[in-house]
Amino acid sequence: MFAAENGLKGDPRLQAISQAIRVVPHFPKPGIMFQDITTLMLDHKAFKDTVDIFVDRYRDMGISVVAGVEARGFMFGPSIALAIGAKFVPLRKPRKLPGEVISEAYVLEYGTDCLEMHVGAVQPGERALVIDDLVATGGTLSAAIRLLERVGAEVVECACVIGLPEVKGQCRLNGKPLYILVEPREIDNCC
Amino acid sequence: MSAYRDEDPRIQGIKTKIRVVPNFPKPGIMFQDITTLLLDPKAFKDTIDLFVERYKGKNISVVAGIEARGFIFGPPIALAIGAKFVPLRKPRKLPGEVISEEYILEYGRDCLEMHVGAVEPGERALVVDDLIATGGTLCAAMNLLERVGAEVVECACLIELPELQGRGRLNGKPLYVLVEYQ
Repeated sequence: MFAAENGLKGDPRLQAISQAIRVVPHFPKPGIMFQDITTLMLDHKAFKDTVDIFVDRYRDMGISVVAGVEARGFMFGPSIALAIGAKFVPLRKPRKLPGEVISEAYVLEYGTDCLEMHVGAVQPGERALVIDDLVATGGTLSAAIRLLERVGAEVVECACVIGLPEVKGQCRLNGKPLYILVEPREIDNCC
Repeated sequence: MSAYRDEDPRIQGIKTKIRVVPNFPKPGIMFQDITTLLLDPKAFKDTIDLFVERYKGKNISVVAGIEARGFIFGPPIALAIGAKFVPLRKPRKLPGEVISEEYILEYGRDCLEMHVGAVEPGERALVVDDLIATGGTLCAAMNLLERVGAEVVECACLIELPELQGRGRLNGKPLYVLVEYQ
C-alpha cells in the first residue's frame, strides 16, 4: 500500500521526497529508468522526513528487529531501528557475513542470487520489519521474508521508499503487508 | 585520538559487543564483526551518540560513508548533525556520473567511486567506516573528497587495528576511533 493512500494523503513531505529522487535512464542497462536515492540523502530534510515517516508508523508496533537488505537498505534501516529501539540485522550478499549464516536463494531476471543472515541474530517470536530502498518484482524482499520466517520471526511488514508498477495495486507480498512511500518518477524534461 | 583513552563509560559496553571471528575471510585474520553491536540497541545508540556528540556544531555538511558497513553508521550520524550523506561505493554501483579513486590492496587494486556533484567545493566532510586497518580505503575516500574541493575534517571509525599503522597513512588528517584491537 502506498503511504498517500494510507493516512498520509496530501502530506507535503511525500512530494518533496519524490522530487529528491533522481531518475537515471538506461542504468544498469538500456530500458531501465533507475531510481537513484543518493540524491534524496543529499537533502537532509527530505532524508530525515523519509526516516520519520517510517518511524512514526512503526514505533508502537512492538517491532524488535529491522532487517535491511544490502546495500541501500543499510542506508535507511539503522536510523529506523535506532529510533524505535529495535536491533538492526543486515541481510547480505554471499560470503560477506563472517559468522555462521543461513542462506536463501532467489530468482533474478537471468540466474539466481542469494541473501544471507547471521544465525542467532533473530530469535523465534520476534516481530520484524524488512526495509529496502525499492521494490520491483519483490524477489529480494521475498527472500528476506523467508530468512526471517525460517528462524521463527514474524514479519510484520516490508517497507520501501519506492514501489515499481509491478507491485502497484498489491498491498501484500508473500502474504505480508507492503508499505511504500512513493511511486517511481519519470525522467524530467527540465531546463 | 581514541575515546578509549578517555574512558567514556559507554566505550566498554561497545567494545564487549564486537565479535571477533577468527580466520575470516582467510586464515590468520581476526575479523572484527560489528553486526553483534547492531543487535544491542543501547550499544548501537551509544556508538552513534559518541560520534554525534563529537561532530555536532562543527559545521560539517557532508558525512561520507564507505561501502558497505560505513552505510550503517554514516546515515544516522549525518541525520543527527544536519549533514548530507554521501555513499562511497565499489565500481559500477552508483548510477550517475562518478569520479573514481584507485587504491592498493594486499593483492591487487580496488576502486572507490563518488557521484559527481554530490559534494561542493568548500564543504566540510567527515569520512566514516566501521574499521581502519592499513588506511588504504580511507585514504582513497579522502582523496575523492579533496579532489572535488571539500575539506576532510576527520576520519571516524569504530575500530582501529593499530599494528597496521593506518593512522599514519591519512596524509596528516586526524583519526577518531572508539576502540582499538591489539
